[in-house]
Amino acid sequence: MAQFTLPKNSQYTEGKTWPKPVGAKSLQEFRIYRWNQDDGANPRIDTYYVDRDDCGPMVLDALLWIKNKIDPTLTFRRSCREGICGSCAMNIMGQNTLACTLGIEDCKSSQIKIYPLPHMPVLKDLVPDLSSFFAQHAAIEPWLQTETPAPEKEWRQTPEDRARLDGLYECILCACCTTSCPSYWWNGDRFLGPAALLQAYRWLIDSRDEHTGERLDTLHDPFRLYRCHTIMNCANTCPKGLNPAKAIAEIKKMMVAREI
Amino acid sequence: MVDNRPEATRTIRTAYARAKGLGPAHHGTSEWWLHRVTAVSNVPLILSFVVIVALCAGRSYEDAVRLVSHPLVAILLILGVLSVTNHMRMGLQIVIEDYVHDKGLKIAAVIANTFYCVVVAVACLYAIVRVSLRTLV
Repeated sequence: MAQFTLPKNSQYTEGKTWPKPVGAKSLQEFRIYRWNQDDGANPRIDTYYVDRDDCGPMVLDALLWIKNKIDPTLTFRRSCREGICGSCAMNIMGQNTLACTLGIEDCKSSQIKIYPLPHMPVLKDLVPDLSSFFAQHAAIEPWLQTETPAPEKEWRQTPEDRARLDGLYECILCACCTTSCPSYWWNGDRFLGPAALLQAYRWLIDSRDEHTGERLDTLHDPFRLYRCHTIMNCANTCPKGLNPAKAIAEIKKMMVAREI
Repeated sequence: MVDNRPEATRTIRTAYARAKGLGPAHHGTSEWWLHRVTAVSNVPLILSFVVIVALCAGRSYEDAVRLVSHPLVAILLILGVLSVTNHMRMGLQIVIEDYVHDKGLKIAAVIANTFYCVVVAVACLYAIVRVSLRTLV
């Protein structure tokens, strides 16, 4: 059966409360998931206090502030700090999002809770193992595939055809949508998940691509595509405001269109 | 219950090999489509079933049997049973595939579900046919 409760060694315990910064006037409390496989202990939730007057406005600023000033062992991914690399995806206040584009104020809470992306193997603290996620993206072959000999210059596309890629090409593969999907939680080994399927659709409707049929063949499977039950968590959580559920529905329409 | 799928984190197979798995099954669309079609046909057929049951209420046994013996009523009931039991089998199978991961249990549950839906369908159809053809047999 699908596992609805955490296994014993994944159940978290109360962790350490780190000292409040001295002389700080405006404090924000953070409760952060910690786990290190080397110490053999269960995960724990540590409490940190951040001096708002000394820290930038975003949740990622607070995490960096904690790492620099309180606890250098706190581990998380980050790179661009402007919502384009997708590295700092994590579960903040119960929703998967990017720590760099979510304001501390916008959490509207005296106690901001931060966990790693749900239902993925954790490597350390807020760092999940995304190798399956990226392999599933690779499996949909996300590149232009053609048979016609390549033109001397670029493959041409009308502005209208280019416009059909809007709402799809912006995906940064942060994995917020895929890890928010219950269907992916229960069958992530066979269901491709919203991010990979949105990318699949991005290539299915690219007017320059000549492998549309082969791409549909690859997706034609009760698990790879049809595990999507339009739960819509993906569209709800996407930090870039995209709608993977709609892209998946469009793929299902294409599947029907070539049969009926 | 057991979840005997390969453990994603404890295998040295590459992530790409695991993502591709056994390859696409090359089916699923016709099942998906039939599930939608039966969802649509369920709407008028269940409505007519409710109306027929309401019409039976308060009638004598003989009157109720006479109503179900009407060809239009019997045909609507038969279509309703076919549509609902097919829809039920497909819907339950999706739930089993979603949540049951023990390989043996999954196969057993899918078979049991199919048998159950067939038995329900045949029992209903037998009852309808028997009542509506009562005067002939």
